[in-house]
Amino acid sequence: MSALLAVIRRDLLLVARRKSEVLTALFFFVVVTSLFPLGIGADAALLRKIAPGVIWVAALLSTLLGLHRMFAVDYADGALEQMALSPQPMVMIVAGKIVAHWIVCGLPLVILAPIIGIQFDLDKSSLFVLMGTLLLGTPVLSLLGSIGAALTLGVRGGSLLVSLLILPLYTPVLIFGAGAVYANSVGLDASGHFSLLGAIFILALAFVPWVSASAVKIAIE
Amino acid sequence: MTAHFSSTSSNNSLTLQAQDLACVRGERKLFSNLSFGLSSGDCLHVRGENGVGKTSLLRLLTGLSKPEAGQVLWSQKSISKQADLYHRDLLFLGHRDALKEELTALENLQTYAELDGISLPAEKALAALWRFGLRGRENLPVNCLSAGQKRRVLMARMLTRQAKLWILDEPFNALDVNAVAQLEELIAEHLASGGLVVLTSHQAVGIPNVRVLDL
Repeated sequence: MSALLAVIRRDLLLVARRKSEVLTALFFFVVVTSLFPLGIGADAALLRKIAPGVIWVAALLSTLLGLHRMFAVDYADGALEQMALSPQPMVMIVAGKIVAHWIVCGLPLVILAPIIGIQFDLDKSSLFVLMGTLLLGTPVLSLLGSIGAALTLGVRGGSLLVSLLILPLYTPVLIFGAGAVYANSVGLDASGHFSLLGAIFILALAFVPWVSASAVKIAIE
Repeated sequence: MTAHFSSTSSNNSLTLQAQDLACVRGERKLFSNLSFGLSSGDCLHVRGENGVGKTSLLRLLTGLSKPEAGQVLWSQKSISKQADLYHRDLLFLGHRDALKEELTALENLQTYAELDGISLPAEKALAALWRFGLRGRENLPVNCLSAGQKRRVLMARMLTRQAKLWILDEPFNALDVNAVAQLEELIAEHLASGGLVVLTSHQAVGIPNVRVLDL
């Protein structure tokens, strides 16, 4: 447990020293989601309809931006090797990095979502549902993404490969995340979508850290 | 290629043994049937031409890579069966300095201490940095330090890590004459306190009782 906190603290400190990366991903999210209302114009009904999909796709893509760096920097300068040689279990170290990635790339999206949602003329309950789905869904994006980041360690052009590997795996999260907001906006019950998102989250939480940890070990060897 | 060293160990001292190690990189066999044993207070200097497998041997000893054949024993137990215990006693410094460029020397020491599960008060970390001539630079980001100064930060890490076994890959690289003497003194102190050291170097090392393994 102490390893988990140590890694989270370390990664957040590193991000604080290198703010541009985080801000790039966030700025991307804000800009992409703002371009749609500007491009489509003041058709409120249409904007309401496309909002869940647009916001969720932008969230997927902006998560991808920071993904490659999750392990690559530490791998390149040998720090990952030192972590593997520390007495802490690799799973905890990897889990710490995933949590740190979520705090940096996922949590801000949850917080920004209502402001973005207003541009799409979403009503209050839809905004809450949007935030809820992002809160459940973005950790899954960080978890699944860690597999891609770990598998492409040491591969040239790794960041492109991560997108190709990981985006297909993101589709269930996208479908149920955007689906919940859409269902709510047309007056249907969104609890089924939430249950499925929750189930995906729990499944990912149970397996992904182990998978990523062994992928990292293979890369170091 | 075998180099057996007589063991002068008492019963409860620490030992590192390599048994019939073989290493294959790609198609090439780097070495095979390599055996040696070290116990508390021993220093092994691994020598050999470039590409002969010195770094590969050190990585086998750390457990980062697995040998093609043979095994490595730490206090009579295979290191792969007690990885976390072994890692508690081990400090490996490779080619890359593994220092985070954005963090200061002090923060680097502290984050590693936290990961290694040792308590390192700031005064102790500062004292270690000062000992190696980094007074006044402890709060500079590491990317402002020269290559030699980065190695000095690593020396401070060696001092504060409290590991029993040091595995050092080319530790004398980029160091000036003074720093080389300081590092030799640091290694000698470590050996005198019952530690073990395995290192590679192309220079002769001025450490008493060093054993040499030619690959």
